[in-house]
Amino acid sequence: MVWLAIFFLAPIVKLVSTSTQTQGVNIGEYVQSYRFANFLDAFTSAAPQFFRSFVYAGLATLFALIIAYPLAYAIAFKSGKWKNTLLVLVVAPFFTSFLLRTIAWEQILGEQGLVIKTLRLLHILGPTGHLTATPFAVVAGLTYNFLPFMTLPLYASLDRIDPRTLEASGDLYANGFTTFRKVTFPLSLPGVVAGTLLTFIPAAGDYVNAELLGNPRTRMIGNVIEARYLRIVDYPGAAALSFILMATILILVLVYIRKMGTDEVV
Amino acid sequence: MADASTSAKGDLKLSNLVKAYGEFVAVDDLSLLIPEGSFFALLGPSGCGKTTTLRMIAGLDEPTSGSIHIGNTDITYQKPYDRPVNTVFQNYALFPHLTIFENIAFGLRRRGIKDVKGQVDKVLNLVELPHLAERKPTQLSGGQQQRIALARAIVNRPALLLLDEPLGALDLKLRRQMQIELKWIQTEVGLTFVHVTHDQEEAMTMADTIAVMNEGKIEQMGTPADLYDSPRTAFVANFLGQSNLIQGRIVDNDGDAHVVEIHGQKVKVLKNRSVAKDSSILFGIRPEKIRIQPGAHQLSGCVLEGGKISDVSYIGVSTQYQVEMPWGQELMVFEQNDDGIPPLAKGDPVKLSWETVFSFGLDGHEDASAGSEVNPDEE
Amino acid sequence: MTKASRWLSKNLIRIYAVLGFTYLFIPVIYTIVFSFNDSGKSNLVWRGFTFKNWTNPCGAADVCNALGNSLKIGFLSTLIATILGTLIAFAIGRYAFKGHGLVNSLIFLPMATPEIVMGSSLLTMFVSFGINPGFWTIVIAHIMFCISFIVVAVKARIASLDPRLEQAAMDLYADERETFRKITFPLVAPGIAGAALLAFSLSFDDFIITNFNSGSVNTFPKFVYISAQRGLPAQANVIGATMFIVAIALVLTAQFVGNRRKTTA
Repeated sequence: MVWLAIFFLAPIVKLVSTSTQTQGVNIGEYVQSYRFANFLDAFTSAAPQFFRSFVYAGLATLFALIIAYPLAYAIAFKSGKWKNTLLVLVVAPFFTSFLLRTIAWEQILGEQGLVIKTLRLLHILGPTGHLTATPFAVVAGLTYNFLPFMTLPLYASLDRIDPRTLEASGDLYANGFTTFRKVTFPLSLPGVVAGTLLTFIPAAGDYVNAELLGNPRTRMIGNVIEARYLRIVDYPGAAALSFILMATILILVLVYIRKMGTDEVV
Repeated sequence: MADASTSAKGDLKLSNLVKAYGEFVAVDDLSLLIPEGSFFALLGPSGCGKTTTLRMIAGLDEPTSGSIHIGNTDITYQKPYDRPVNTVFQNYALFPHLTIFENIAFGLRRRGIKDVKGQVDKVLNLVELPHLAERKPTQLSGGQQQRIALARAIVNRPALLLLDEPLGALDLKLRRQMQIELKWIQTEVGLTFVHVTHDQEEAMTMADTIAVMNEGKIEQMGTPADLYDSPRTAFVANFLGQSNLIQGRIVDNDGDAHVVEIHGQKVKVLKNRSVAKDSSILFGIRPEKIRIQPGAHQLSGCVLEGGKISDVSYIGVSTQYQVEMPWGQELMVFEQNDDGIPPLAKGDPVKLSWETVFSFGLDGHEDASAGSEVNPDEE
Repeated sequence: MTKASRWLSKNLIRIYAVLGFTYLFIPVIYTIVFSFNDSGKSNLVWRGFTFKNWTNPCGAADVCNALGNSLKIGFLSTLIATILGTLIAFAIGRYAFKGHGLVNSLIFLPMATPEIVMGSSLLTMFVSFGINPGFWTIVIAHIMFCISFIVVAVKARIASLDPRLEQAAMDLYADERETFRKITFPLVAPGIAGAALLAFSLSFDDFIITNFNSGSVNTFPKFVYISAQRGLPAQANVIGATMFIVAIALVLTAQFVGNRRKTTA
């Protein structure tokens, strides 16, 4: 058993490690005279998109948390026998391609869509105002797409809480809000950590939402990397950017996990 | 492997068994002989090493040193599936994906036994649940699961059946009923049962022989009556029922009895019921053996005077008194409510008396409270 | 408090949940509705109800070819990733060996890596080995990221297994292999099946990593992405809706069967 596993394991481990490490090596192979300045060049040229990515991803994570927490809470504590059905419903949108859903948003919010006409009619939006091609749309798209990634871990950790501890807290003179702040939230922290990571990491690297729902001024680092790889074919620059992105995320994640003081990431 | 259950027969012998986890010694040089066909109980508080002992017999843990024999066969390092030993696990460990029938048939099939159906049906009848054969374990009540776990083990007719707190998950009433049933089944099938429990009443109801374990060692072994009437350590005296243990000194001889001085008063203990090593003695008497009398009645046997009732609890069949003695110690007295006399009241001055044969003597250097702090119902 | 405000405070969380689910489902419903649109070239404006997209799902150029590729890739990578992932999960979950922690973090790494980094690094690796991106590079890439999810899911299932069940099997004369075959594997199997389903949906839905490593091979998400710029044919909605319905049906059947098993004799 072990031997079998290790026998299969070795190539995979190797593949994983090369795939995440190739950049440095390959830049060297690609441009024979390898220079570290590549990193600097790449970074300075894409700095705005880089920071924008983290801001958007951060905002999307925050919104997703705000939307998903009550949802997960409702499923865990208030759903009774509908619990499993509701859980299926959370995952269900997954099964239509996320691209289709993003495009659906693009069309719902787009120039031809109902929403924008209504908003214009109500004078909430000027006749030239739009919803797509704005940073708002990009963040909303990111929030939407990663919402289940936030909801499920939150649900898992909330579901593990014994409702009696909440009753005990109420019994010990904590009102609803204090109970939440002092008991429910701390106990669900592992879920919060896992959910925010599962949302933030893919959101930071995403380029589809920015492409479909944004405009050139909302481009994210993903768009830059994609363009450099597949359109300009500037492998070293793109690889350097990838590497910077990953390193930054890893550092952020490590700091975050340490700060939250939990090892239960998955 | 097909004849695993018949390959070894005879008494179970544990010799100098040790199990250490790093610094912690769970089982400490344990030697034990359990005769074939007996119902043996290992009794002790949680963490005393009884479950570790059981797991070593089952082959689920390997001893650090020592050996385990059944008859003349050394099974110390045999794999669990090679030994003629079966276990009724705590919480039963029924296979959730198999039907009751397949659960019971599991061992028979592994051993390549021919008549699976006949044997399973027979044992299902024995535990009186033949109608449940096609159910899944999760559809059964706790008591039913318990019986199926038992059936799954005894259908293999092992040389030795191990029961690990088998009744722990059942409620009190069901537990009493299962105790009687288990005992009956054991007599019926005639297998050696080794039963691990922290419930002294459970052990006393079922077992022929009880070994009381504490901190990896056996404190005392004997029949239930033996252990209760003549405990040899403070731990046994306190863990099995309740005892009054009073510090005293042996000051004289009176034929076959020691004369013991307790804070100025003299009582007696039979020499063959005392294990005191020198003149220092822990004088013991069970609460229900004590008679409690107000005022100046004429009393026979041993007498202790100068008590004052500090607490009275009326609990139906008996009344329990706490009596404060002149030297400050509180003694317990249980009195049957069978004489129609109303219970004494708090504050009443009393004398205590008992027949000399009931008292016992322990080594006076022992801690009188050993074993009394453990709550037998924890776990 | 008035009656109305009390009702509100009591049901606030429920109202909120309903809103949340509405938000989740708007685009799904939109997609399904517009699969019945009698559209022309682009499926942007409602032009009337029709079944024509459903009766002719392959009507748009290349859509069924892309779908076929996606299904093949999803099936292959799920199969391989499930087998490998399960073996790894058992190795990590059951045996202590050197490099245990290292393997654990290697498994975790792909999940903590943005897809774009995975996709681009895999492409760099393929290019440096002189492999042209195509069908098999997609499969390899998908196996890569599916494995992590499978390992994590199966490992969790193994960890939740009561060790006493295996001990009981050993006690009842089953040797290590029989114990695995008769007890461990059947008990872990539902977890493996769930993980495989997840892996398939991840593979089927993946766009970013695929886009990097696909060369000229088309997959369904890629097809959607590319045609979105010109106007998406309604057939894409049909396929999206079908996937949704099939998946829901699968999950509901699984639940139904599970419930029946629990409640009937």
